[in-house]
Amino acid sequence: MARTPKIPATKYPVERLTLDNGLRVVLSPDRSAPVIGVAVVYDVGIRSEPEGRTGFAHLFEHLMFQGSENLEKLAHFRHVQGAGGTFNGSTHLDYTDYFETLPAGALERTLFLEADRMRGPRLTEESLRNQVDVVKEEIRVNVLNRPYGGFPWLKLPPVMFDTFPNAHDGYGSFQDLESATVADAAEFFEHYYASGNAVLAVAGDVDVAEATELIKRHFGDVPARPAPRLPSFDEPDLTSERRESYIDRLAPLPAVAAGWRVPDPVGAFPDYLPYVALAEVLTDGDASRLVERLVLRDRTVTSVAGYLGFMGEPFEVRDPTAMLLQAHLPPGGDVDKVLRTIDEELDRIGAEGLAVGELARVQARMATHLLRDTDAVLNRALRMAVLEEQRGEPELLNELPRLIGEVTEEQVRAAAARLTPERRAGVEVVAGAGR
Amino acid sequence: MTRALPPLRPNKRLKLPTEAERRLTNGLTVIAIRRPAVPLVEVRLRVPFAKANLARAAMLSQTLFSGTAEMSNVELAAALQTVGGGLSASIDPDRLLVVGNGLASGLDRVLALLSDVLTGAAYPSEEVSTERDRLVDQIQVARSQPAHIARTALLKRRFGKHPYAVQTPEPAQVQAVRPAPLRVLHTERVHPADATLVLVGDLRPEKALDAAEAALGAWNGGGKDVSLPPVPPAEPGPVLLVDRPGSVQSSLRMALPAVPRTHPDHAALQLANLIFGGYFSSRWVENIREDKGYTYGPHSVVEHSVAGSTLLVAADVATEVTGPALLETNYELGRLAELAPKDDELDQARQYALGTLQLGMSTQAGLAGLAISYAGSGLRLRFLAEYALQLAEATRDDVAAAAARYLAPSKAVTVILGDADRMEPAVAALNPVERTAATDS
Repeated sequence: MARTPKIPATKYPVERLTLDNGLRVVLSPDRSAPVIGVAVVYDVGIRSEPEGRTGFAHLFEHLMFQGSENLEKLAHFRHVQGAGGTFNGSTHLDYTDYFETLPAGALERTLFLEADRMRGPRLTEESLRNQVDVVKEEIRVNVLNRPYGGFPWLKLPPVMFDTFPNAHDGYGSFQDLESATVADAAEFFEHYYASGNAVLAVAGDVDVAEATELIKRHFGDVPARPAPRLPSFDEPDLTSERRESYIDRLAPLPAVAAGWRVPDPVGAFPDYLPYVALAEVLTDGDASRLVERLVLRDRTVTSVAGYLGFMGEPFEVRDPTAMLLQAHLPPGGDVDKVLRTIDEELDRIGAEGLAVGELARVQARMATHLLRDTDAVLNRALRMAVLEEQRGEPELLNELPRLIGEVTEEQVRAAAARLTPERRAGVEVVAGAGR
Repeated sequence: MTRALPPLRPNKRLKLPTEAERRLTNGLTVIAIRRPAVPLVEVRLRVPFAKANLARAAMLSQTLFSGTAEMSNVELAAALQTVGGGLSASIDPDRLLVVGNGLASGLDRVLALLSDVLTGAAYPSEEVSTERDRLVDQIQVARSQPAHIARTALLKRRFGKHPYAVQTPEPAQVQAVRPAPLRVLHTERVHPADATLVLVGDLRPEKALDAAEAALGAWNGGGKDVSLPPVPPAEPGPVLLVDRPGSVQSSLRMALPAVPRTHPDHAALQLANLIFGGYFSSRWVENIREDKGYTYGPHSVVEHSVAGSTLLVAADVATEVTGPALLETNYELGRLAELAPKDDELDQARQYALGTLQLGMSTQAGLAGLAISYAGSGLRLRFLAEYALQLAEATRDDVAAAAARYLAPSKAVTVILGDADRMEPAVAALNPVERTAATDS
């Protein structure tokens, strides 16, 4: 076997500051291409939406694009794209992000656009009704009109968790979406979209002094509002297995997902990291444990994937969260047998450890994935913004390949040993197509 | 406005990366592009594959990395991982494409393993059998996805008897594929003649070319020169309703004529497409999403294939607004085909096109993707500068002429997948229709 290469690291510079109104700012200059990424992250997500208002965090994200203090509806899109850039926003369990990537000459314009909606979006009945319709079509195209819609990110949480914040459908029911009011939106903004609850990150072709000046000019007079208290969403771990199944009338083949609680990704980071490595040991490519066993040898599944967090973002999620494994089965496949084999393979790692070089090669591949992901300035801005928001530690981005590389075989074994059937939540898709 | 929108600073000049190119004696063109932003390297290999048997070609791409005489699939994957690497293959009617990446320090190793596979893929019967079943399952799952069903119906309708008409094999055809024909197909078609290898990343271009030559110089030349006939002209005809009873949305798809990147109308057509529906701030998206709420992610894009380019229009709309959505789509196409766009619309689209060129070049993966798809059109990255100039200089008249030529709704081949009983009356009020079942399309 070839010698394992040294795990490389990035040295993206990180400058942090906090404005008087509490807005935290992260700057990461990189003059290697004439482009920038701008991200604004608010510390509110699906877990924070009120009962009776499922899907509201996401619906509100849409409303943030519907005009603001100085901008008509449609203006935001036109100003970003007319500057040669692209934009989007996305709603996660623990945060909501808004972002643009553009040629560097658009920096000040972009800061203006983000500051304007941080001061206040235009919340109108007309925009709300329009965006409820758009979100319903989003749910239809991604969930209702296709096989395996929402599997497993919407289907497993209600099996694993008991409390509303962790268990409910983050896309929302049509009834809840239709019941949403402008007053709800105004209150949501007032409470969560506070300067003290937000992080602005800018990565790419900027001069730090100049960018700092522009940020102060545009965000300095955003009214100061403190961050709301962040509640704990903790729940007790499972003590006995939970299993549910549902018929997907569009799915031609069975599938299964299983999840196990893992240590607090923020508060117990060193204990959490081995699970991130374990997921890849189990599922990254043909040389991984579960692909080799289930796909290539036993042929009991046609594909298998493993990852941390219901939305697959290991370093952008808070406690409680899970390690997930999901598999698609051939016709007539036996879900119980698949789960038993997974248990067997986990036991085997727990008992026998890993082969010589096995962890090192997975760590090398993970380094490639991590470095590749943040080659784009926009992804760098997004990751750093969330690391600042959740940990106050944006420079952790540079450390991740090394920290993953320092996970030991002993830690991976111990993690595997914790993934027992008693602690497992599982959900099975029963193929309903053609029935 | 109480606060004024800050002006833009002019874009920096488009700066092409340092690159080097060499055609090896076996016919392989190697292009090495330096972008050292992260210590990685991106690998793309494009091998012409026109007219290959569909099921065998799909199986070949699925089993290319299933082992060589010396290494099993698992050993290959492990050896790649050891240098942070990964490689995978895919197929379309034009080419076999290998995509991969790894740590820059592992480039030699990745190339050596790629060479092992290209010169010695074994198609072991056990692995072929496993992958055959997996591919059949994948096809079955794809055929339950509205996006796939709608695309399949549109391609068939648009391309008729041309090889582009059917791009997914039948499960029964896949089931019939055995290792021996895969080895024959590999021997006949997996050759360096007219193939292109692109390497992008933290590398010295000349040194990377040497490494590629050392690894792949012995890859056997020869092979057949196979080319496709040009795509036939579209025959618009009635709107094809593909019945999917119980569907809660209608998937509207249209194919319109388009031109390749090398055509004088290319830049003007790109701008016309942007103004119509090619980006969020387009007439069509602002109309059917932001004004009417019919849909979530409507998009329209020019797809370039070797035998011809096509403008594809796609929106998934609530079933009850299928007719109105088609009406607005035809209206926006027709409006642009008949009336020149306004200057500010053109300027906005132009800025977008030019800006996103810079964004596309700002990552290793972006450059690799651009370089390999340009290579498929016989172009190099320096074409970017020429294209940027064409975008900058296209006039309102040029764009209006392109819209009239390519965006006229009378030229659209239209397919709508959905609950036919529910959508037919409204659609039939606008266009002649014909129906088919989803399974027949």
